[in-house]
Amino acid sequence: MPTEPLATFESSLTEIGIELVRTTAEGFESALSPRLDAPAVGTPLPFAGVSLPDAVETDPTVADLEAARTGVTAAGYGVADYGSVVIRGGPAGEEPVSLYADEHVAVVAASDVLPDMEATFDRLAEDVREGTGRAVIATGPSATADMGALVKGAHGPMEVTVVLLEDR
Amino acid sequence: MAVDDRRRKAERIRHLLETEGDSVRENTRVFNEGRYESTADLDDYEELKDEARAIKEDAIERLPELLDRVTEAVEANGGSVYLADDAADANRYITEVVDGRNVVKSKSMTSEEMDVNDALEESGADVRETDLAEFVLQVADEAPSHIVAPAIHKSREEIADLFNEVFDPEEPLETAEELTRFAREYLGEEILDAEVGMTGANFVAADTGTLALVTSEGNARKCVQATDTHVAVAGVEKVIPSVEDLRPFVELIGRSGTGQDLTSYVSLLTPPGDSPTFGGSGESGSPGDRDLEPGDDREFHLVLIDNGRMAMREDDDLRETLYCIRCSACANSCANFQHVGGHAFGGETYSGGIATGWEAGVHGQESAAEFNDLCTGCSRCVNQCPVKIDIPWINTVVRDRINRGTDGEFDFLVEGLTPDAEPGGLDPQKRLFGNFDTLARLGSAFAPVSNRIARSGPVRSLMERTLGVDRRRELPAFERETLVEWFEARGPRVSPDEARRTAALYPDAYTNYVRTERGKAAVRVLEALGVRVEVPAAGESGRAPLSQGMVSTARSNAEAVYEALAPSLAAGRDVVVIEPSDVAMFRGEYERLLPEDEHAALREDSYEVMEYVHGLLANGADADALAAGDGERIAYHSHCQQRTLGLEPHTVSVLEERGFDVATSDVECCGMAGSFGYKSEYYDLSVDVGESLVDQFTTDDTADRAVVASGTSCLEQLDALLSRRPAHPVRLLDAR
Repeated sequence: MPTEPLATFESSLTEIGIELVRTTAEGFESALSPRLDAPAVGTPLPFAGVSLPDAVETDPTVADLEAARTGVTAAGYGVADYGSVVIRGGPAGEEPVSLYADEHVAVVAASDVLPDMEATFDRLAEDVREGTGRAVIATGPSATADMGALVKGAHGPMEVTVVLLEDR
Repeated sequence: MAVDDRRRKAERIRHLLETEGDSVRENTRVFNEGRYESTADLDDYEELKDEARAIKEDAIERLPELLDRVTEAVEANGGSVYLADDAADANRYITEVVDGRNVVKSKSMTSEEMDVNDALEESGADVRETDLAEFVLQVADEAPSHIVAPAIHKSREEIADLFNEVFDPEEPLETAEELTRFAREYLGEEILDAEVGMTGANFVAADTGTLALVTSEGNARKCVQATDTHVAVAGVEKVIPSVEDLRPFVELIGRSGTGQDLTSYVSLLTPPGDSPTFGGSGESGSPGDRDLEPGDDREFHLVLIDNGRMAMREDDDLRETLYCIRCSACANSCANFQHVGGHAFGGETYSGGIATGWEAGVHGQESAAEFNDLCTGCSRCVNQCPVKIDIPWINTVVRDRINRGTDGEFDFLVEGLTPDAEPGGLDPQKRLFGNFDTLARLGSAFAPVSNRIARSGPVRSLMERTLGVDRRRELPAFERETLVEWFEARGPRVSPDEARRTAALYPDAYTNYVRTERGKAAVRVLEALGVRVEVPAAGESGRAPLSQGMVSTARSNAEAVYEALAPSLAAGRDVVVIEPSDVAMFRGEYERLLPEDEHAALREDSYEVMEYVHGLLANGADADALAAGDGERIAYHSHCQQRTLGLEPHTVSVLEERGFDVATSDVECCGMAGSFGYKSEYYDLSVDVGESLVDQFTTDDTADRAVVASGTSCLEQLDALLSRRPAHPVRLLDAR
């Protein structure tokens, strides 16, 4: 993995006010735990040797989603140029978990950080053709300017953190 | 237009200036500045725009085929596609699908065009707008005033008053955070209770049936995710060939609209999809108790609506409208829009520059006629449009059709744009301004008597009543001796042997009859730099009739100008133009008015006067032959069309090189815009727009600077609104 997209990813995230936490599989839990505000919901992570702590509810009801302070999901990939993460919706509930909690923690593998939109759309097209029904290019928290000033956290999360797994 | 209609229109505009103007101005300015910043960061901005336009051109060209393709793809995925002829057809289908259930909607201009909410509510369904701005408007029972930020005309205070009155919360809501949180919670409940989610679609990829939704709030995601049935409505023009084709649009749309590099969410949905839904009710009957249920049997309906679009596709002038991605850059960059917003500059549904095309296409010419004149043709939107639509031309063509009184049944296809005369019923005000050349010739021939008569009280009053020329606006004073006559008597002062170059100075009607001083200054400046000058007797460029939608007259003017300049062009001379809107004509609109080779000749060999001076200096002419600035402090206002052509830097650079200390304005337009500021129905708006420029020229840094402007209209506006008399920049260089 060339380091350049990662450096760009980090600076893009900084620009839009998002914290990037760099860690490895081994350090994952201790890196995640300070970012978990209870109650937390999540979806199972697809990275070998990486799992969510028990405190995170991975089979949430609607009420759990509504009450959640933190939602943890994997992101299919990151987009270095923009500091975006691509959330692939699936039966495990990545879409609602990333959307309803006050804070979304997106976990992305370093090898899945793509340099730009061109590379991203090549991957997205591949995903769609392989049957992924839903992908959201999410950049920063939800926001609105409709109430007379910029407010973070409109219908979706008001805060986003990206956890980067560097040994992937 | 009858005098009463003019008065009503003026009153309506004044009312909007007072009630909505401040909010609109503040918000559009933020969007506009954001766009300039964000697009400046893109290395390949122009390439992206070209790419986006090429995709749209291709998609509209192949639209019938793409519609078949997308239908196959969506059906193969398990969804349905309904191609609706018009709003009634689409509403009937959607009403059946909804079947009286609760609907939560995200923002969609197409659904506004169809008035789907009314249709659904009549059938007994509850419809809730979840986009925060649309929610505000639904509560206030008002129409959108902007295609991206529909409640842009309302201030935070007004929204707070509205919510406090309607919802009567325990603690009165005040801040934007409080209002947002309240709306989020209120709408969150409604989303949980709903069974149908309705969205628009910014784009639909034909090959896979993928919808792209560009949003920031997250409500569109929730509306789709929480409900069992998803209905997406979009115009047929939203279909593009493939998923990969989404990329340039994704990079352009947020930047062009609100100035965000990307909106928070770009959702690609290939429905039905398998993301869990909130399904039925929980065991206790309370929605919060529910488990997430598998989403793979979610119902999906894509409703693609024609509503006049396929006819627009056959119309050579309206077709480009279909390339529009509804980003709002044309509205945000428009000086008039910035001051009154979409309730004045908009029709039944759409607002801003491109609204004329949409309204003429989907609702008919009458809807466009209401507001079409608010486009002054300043062209500021042209470079801002991410798909390079020539919006002013669409406005001009529709104005021409309105003048002709034919309603949008496309009979202009027969008549075309080459009629032999303007129609008999043409508004006398338009006919007056459209024939400025004749007026100026007569005014000059009878000057100074003509000036005295024109300025007398009874005449002004008559002109206001019959022609709608506002008596508050000072009329131009015609010179008895025209620039052409002056030059004929004087002759050239640089001999052919010594000449560095030879140039024909184009005597636009204003320079020739009214502001002859700047023409004389231009001659002397060019001669000082070793140019042999001639001033051929060429008439008005056609800008005046074109701005009134008198395309046929504009074409005859263009032909006459070409004929007058042809000998100079044939002799290899340069054409130097003082008036920026005329340079813009020669380079731009003449493409539509003249044969291709004639347009090419003028486009290649014509220069704005300061651009030409800049070129001469860059090629070794002696700058010291020009007057020196010696640190004189000036405030310079460029001209809309000059900026669109990228010509502002030449003037600034020449003036700085000569030692002037230059401060520049960055407002989009002076507001005068040719005849616009004379018209009694628009006078107040013209002055209101002008005040933004005045503000920039009365700051601590600029209040004592001499005022300089390139455009005739800008000079008139500044002259009327400031006590300092403005001058054209070429006069600063004239050593006499």
